[in-house]
Amino acid sequence: MSRSQNSPGGVRSKSLASYLNDENVRAIIYQIIVIGLVILAGWYLISNTLENLERQNISTGYGFLDREASFEISESMIEYSAQSSYSQALIVGLLNTVKVSLMGIILCTILGTIFGIARLSSNWIVRKLATVYIEFFRNIPVLLQLFFWYALIPNAFPHPRDAIELLPGVLLTNRGLYTPVPVAHHAFEIMGIVAILAIIGIIFLKRWAKKRQDATGQPFPVALVGTAVFFGSVFIAYLAGGAPTVLDVPELRGFNIQGGNNVSPEFLAVLIGLSVYTSAYVAEVVRSGIQAVPHGQWEAADSLGLKRSVALRKIILPQSMRVAIPPLTNQYLNLTKNSSLAVAVGYPDLVSISNTTMNQTGQAIEAISIFMSIYLGLSLITSLFMNWFNKKMALVER
Amino acid sequence: MTDIAKLPPGPLGSSSQRAVIWARKNLFNSWFNSILTLGSIAALFWIIPPMIEWGITNATLTPSIEACREVTGACWGFVNANLRLILFGTYPYDEQWRPLLAMVVLVGIIIGSLGAVPYAGMRKWIIPMWLVGIPVIAILMWGGVLGLTYVQNSYWGGLPLTLILSSIGIIFAFPLGLLLALGRQSSMPAIKTLSVVYIEIIRGVPLITVLFMASVMFPLFLPEGVTIDKLLRAQIGIILFTAAYLAEVFRGGLQAVPNGQFEAGNSLGLSYWQSMRLIILPQAMRLVIPPTVGSFISMFKDTTLVVIIGLFDLLNTVKLALRSDPAWTRYYVEGYAFAAAIFFLFCYSMARYAAYLEKELRKGEQR
Repeated sequence: MSRSQNSPGGVRSKSLASYLNDENVRAIIYQIIVIGLVILAGWYLISNTLENLERQNISTGYGFLDREASFEISESMIEYSAQSSYSQALIVGLLNTVKVSLMGIILCTILGTIFGIARLSSNWIVRKLATVYIEFFRNIPVLLQLFFWYALIPNAFPHPRDAIELLPGVLLTNRGLYTPVPVAHHAFEIMGIVAILAIIGIIFLKRWAKKRQDATGQPFPVALVGTAVFFGSVFIAYLAGGAPTVLDVPELRGFNIQGGNNVSPEFLAVLIGLSVYTSAYVAEVVRSGIQAVPHGQWEAADSLGLKRSVALRKIILPQSMRVAIPPLTNQYLNLTKNSSLAVAVGYPDLVSISNTTMNQTGQAIEAISIFMSIYLGLSLITSLFMNWFNKKMALVER
Repeated sequence: MTDIAKLPPGPLGSSSQRAVIWARKNLFNSWFNSILTLGSIAALFWIIPPMIEWGITNATLTPSIEACREVTGACWGFVNANLRLILFGTYPYDEQWRPLLAMVVLVGIIIGSLGAVPYAGMRKWIIPMWLVGIPVIAILMWGGVLGLTYVQNSYWGGLPLTLILSSIGIIFAFPLGLLLALGRQSSMPAIKTLSVVYIEIIRGVPLITVLFMASVMFPLFLPEGVTIDKLLRAQIGIILFTAAYLAEVFRGGLQAVPNGQFEAGNSLGLSYWQSMRLIILPQAMRLVIPPTVGSFISMFKDTTLVVIIGLFDLLNTVKLALRSDPAWTRYYVEGYAFAAAIFFLFCYSMARYAAYLEKELRKGEQR
């Protein structure tokens, strides 16, 4: 929009003024100024940084990744020793982060769904208890909760000598939870392959069942048959593989427990702390999701003669999922990001290992840039997946 | 009881009859619910009496390790003996009235500004309150003038530090977040891109990485000879982090203002900033106040993360007290419970207030 007729002055200044009053021109000028400032600030910071690094004799670049890390990591899902490289150490950290986040997401969803539904219960006492749980865990910092669980485990549980035996072979001590594991055997590989094949088969079965129901109206008990097929085929594979029964059972040898699988106190503290904290938020998401479904939907299901459980599964939950997925994604992302607090209790997650790397090499910028971009990547992958899922679940409007 | 209206017709009966009706309706309305009720009551009996025994009946407040060793319950004596260390950290002992007073002033301003929100006439006092309050708090904490001895901010700690980090964080993040939100809504591609990139990067990474960056990388950014201390670096990190989250809150508010309002501003011949200031923002701000309080709550909890870069906030002073004497170390439950109670008190009351505000500020829309 030009306001040239209002601008005072002679011919030349008039055209200049009108030019400056043009919205598009102004927008370009503003943007050039802002970009210029950003570049200037960036250049200033980078030149300062380079100067500082040179003065402190800190090398730059990602060359350190191939050097020997020379520190031990207390728990690792892959082969790792102090002779491994920094990049391998970081992969161990990343895997540990992913492990605790995935398990946390599963656990917080289960807990959150239970408490979210409990909060809507018609039972007064259940409703109040769920509210107390949610408000209590939501309003206390997650780091405090992590510290609490981390202090609790070594103090509240006994020394390996007096381990609590929850089940035969399952030992709870102040050094974590020990469980028996089957000794490696080729039957387990066969079982794994069969399980994957069974899942693919069930997917096809489900497609076929849906096609048949669309065409003929006859339902097919996919859930029942699928479960039977899955467990049946895996069990047959187990028998066919020779039915190995040898277990690696943890037992006390000397002052410590040997054998079996150990879940460390650090991992337990992080997992319990994160899941309980996030479950309080998930419960609220679940509650508002269910409440967002209009009451008429229940009534419609009633008038169709559906059972309450069928109505919940086929009518209410699919609709509340639609409302709940975006905030649920946020909670999962929060949990993943909060798993970085593991550094405070000594669980060797990505941040903790990057921190060690940073202290050893002095290359703070590189280490920080690595874990920042990994977290960004994880966030991006989660939100892409959830967007896809959301689109799949979304209402198809005609 | 709100259910009285739903009671069966006829004489209401005695209160015990009404209680039975209420219990039938709310506790035993199906066999499944009856089991749940009985199970919950059993669980409560299993949990609550031992907790009362531990926390009250068998506990001691005497601030000595000997007294704590004699009792079977909680050793509140640990908190009692270390109260000032937990609340004020390593601030010089004789000067601790200053952080106490600063804390009272700060909590007063927070309550004052939150309390002023529902009253249109009072809202104009919020900014002056902070403009006066922040220097007062700074003078009290730092000293060096008016006969107060100078206290380096590396000695600050405890609850005042937690409160200062979070309130200064939100106050400075507010304008930055607003600019970012406006930038994200802007029609200028360069400004929009910059805002989106900033917001999404910050929201995609954990706060701890931003704090690490602030504590490790900021010193490298500065020219030779210029240093900023750890507290200020953490504060800047918190501000930069919170701004991205506030920007998304503000975007929600801006998007809720109907487009016709922008057009009305344009047709009145108002400039962008005029229509923002006079038309859009007053409407958007009313909508975003409750979620802003929500952001403040999460930031209040998140300030505990400064523990990881070695600042002594409330959580870290508890840990400091636990470490101060090996004999105290085993009373971690009491220490953490005390800190948790303080955090809970602040967060829960603010959350309730935010819920109240949300209702109060929407009154105009309900007819």
